[in-house]
Amino acid sequence: MIPYSSFTFFFILVILLAPTIILGLQGKKFQSYNMVVTVIVLAIIFSSRPASALALVLFTSWQVLLIEGYITYRKKANSGWIFSFAVIASILPLTIYKLLPYFSDTNWMSFLGISYLTFKGTQLIMETRDGLIKQRLPIASLLYFILFFPTISSGPIDRYRRFDKDLKAEVTSEQYKQLLYDGINKIFLGFLYKYIIGYSINHFFIPNLRFIATSHFQSQLFYMYGYSFYLFFDFAGYSAFAIGVSYIMGIKSPENFNLPFISRNIKDFWNRWHMSLSFWFRDYVYMRFVFWMTKKKWIKNRNITSNLGYILLFLLMGFWHGLEIQYILYGIYHALLMVGYNTFEQFNKKHKWWPQTRFTRVVSIVITFHFICFGFYIFSGHFIQRGA
Amino acid sequence: MEFKEQVIELIAEICQDEVVKENPDINLFDSSLLDSFGTVELLVLVEERFGITVPITEFDRDTWNTPNNIAIQLADFK
Repeated sequence: MIPYSSFTFFFILVILLAPTIILGLQGKKFQSYNMVVTVIVLAIIFSSRPASALALVLFTSWQVLLIEGYITYRKKANSGWIFSFAVIASILPLTIYKLLPYFSDTNWMSFLGISYLTFKGTQLIMETRDGLIKQRLPIASLLYFILFFPTISSGPIDRYRRFDKDLKAEVTSEQYKQLLYDGINKIFLGFLYKYIIGYSINHFFIPNLRFIATSHFQSQLFYMYGYSFYLFFDFAGYSAFAIGVSYIMGIKSPENFNLPFISRNIKDFWNRWHMSLSFWFRDYVYMRFVFWMTKKKWIKNRNITSNLGYILLFLLMGFWHGLEIQYILYGIYHALLMVGYNTFEQFNKKHKWWPQTRFTRVVSIVITFHFICFGFYIFSGHFIQRGA
Repeated sequence: MEFKEQVIELIAEICQDEVVKENPDINLFDSSLLDSFGTVELLVLVEERFGITVPITEFDRDTWNTPNNIAIQLADFK
C-alpha cells in the first residue's frame, strides 16, 4: 500500500493514531507507542511486496552498522579517507538501485523511499565528521529516525539532531492541542492540493489539451503550465499529509514548499521549492564544496568557485532524480540558470542596472515563473514522449 | 577592539555594505546581504581570524540571522 494513496490508508491512520491523540491531549508521553505504530504501518505498506521489505531491512541494517561504526571510529581518529569511504558506502545502496536496471532484470535493491532514506544516512556520517555527533546513537532513536513512516516514501528530509530534539521534548497538553490543530489543518490542505486541485489538473485539463489547444505549440505551452501546477499541488499535497501526520505524532517535520510560484529569481525559487531537498544539497554539497575550495585556496576567483558549486549541486540533483535523460537535462538546465543568475547578480550589484521597485518585482516574478515552468516541462519528459 | 565589534567588522567586509554596522540587528538573509556563499566565506574567515571552527550545519539561519546574533553565537563557540 502506498502511503496517503487511498481512503483505507487514512482510515488505518485514524485508528492507529487515536491512542497517540488521547495520550497527547492528556500531556502524557506517546513516542514509545508511536514507534509501535511505525512498525505496524511499515508492515502494512510493505506487506504486498516482500522483496521490497527485504531490501528495506538490508538497507537499514547497512546504514545503522555504518553510522554506529563510523561514530565509534571517529571518537579515536579522523582520517579523510575513512570519511570518504563512509560517505561512498552510505550512498552505495542508492547507486546499486539506480544502476541495477541496466545490468539485470530484477532490481533487488528497490523499495519505496530509498532515494529519500539515503539522505538521512549520509547526513549522519557528515555530521559525525564535523564533530556534531559525538556519542553512539541509541539504536531505537536511530531506527525511528530512518524509518519514521509519515515521511518514508518521499520526505520531507529531516535532520537527526532536529528530529531527536522533538523526540525528547516534553509536550504539554496545551502544546499538543496546537500540534494536533496544525496537523489536522495540514492534512486537509493536503486533500485540497493533491486530491482536488492536483487531481483535477491531471484528469480534466491535461488529457483534454488536444481539444483546448489550437496548435502544437499552444498544446505544449498549456501542457507546460498544467504540468507545473499539477506537480506542485500533487507534491505539496503529499508533503502536507506527511508533515501533518508527523505533527500529530509530535514530530515537527520541516516544511517543503513556500509559495514557489512567486519566486523573484531562481535562487529564491530554490529556497521555496522542495526545500528539505534543496537545503540538504545546499548544506551537504554546495557549502562544503565552497568551504573546501576557499580554505585550500585551490580556486582564487569567488565566482568560479560559486558557479562550480552550483554545477556540482544541480548535476547531482539531476542524477538523484533518475538516470533518464530528462532528469539529467533538468539538472543541467538549473545549473545553467543558477550560473546565469549569479553572473547577473554580480553585474547588477556593480552597475545597478535592475532597480528594486514594485514594477521590477512583478516582472521578475513573471520571468522567473516561466523559467521554472520550462524546467518542469523538461522534467516531465513530455518532449521525448511525443517523439517530435 | 571588542570581539563583537571585530565580528561585525568582518561581516560588513563580506557583505560589502556599511548598513551592517549601522544596524547590527538587520536580518542578513531576508535583506539578501548574505547567501550560502557569503556564509561559507564568513565561516572560513572566522576560522582564520579567530581560530573558531563552526561546522556548516551548525550555522542555522534562524539563530545566526543578524550581525549581533552571529557575534553572540560565536562568543559561545570560543
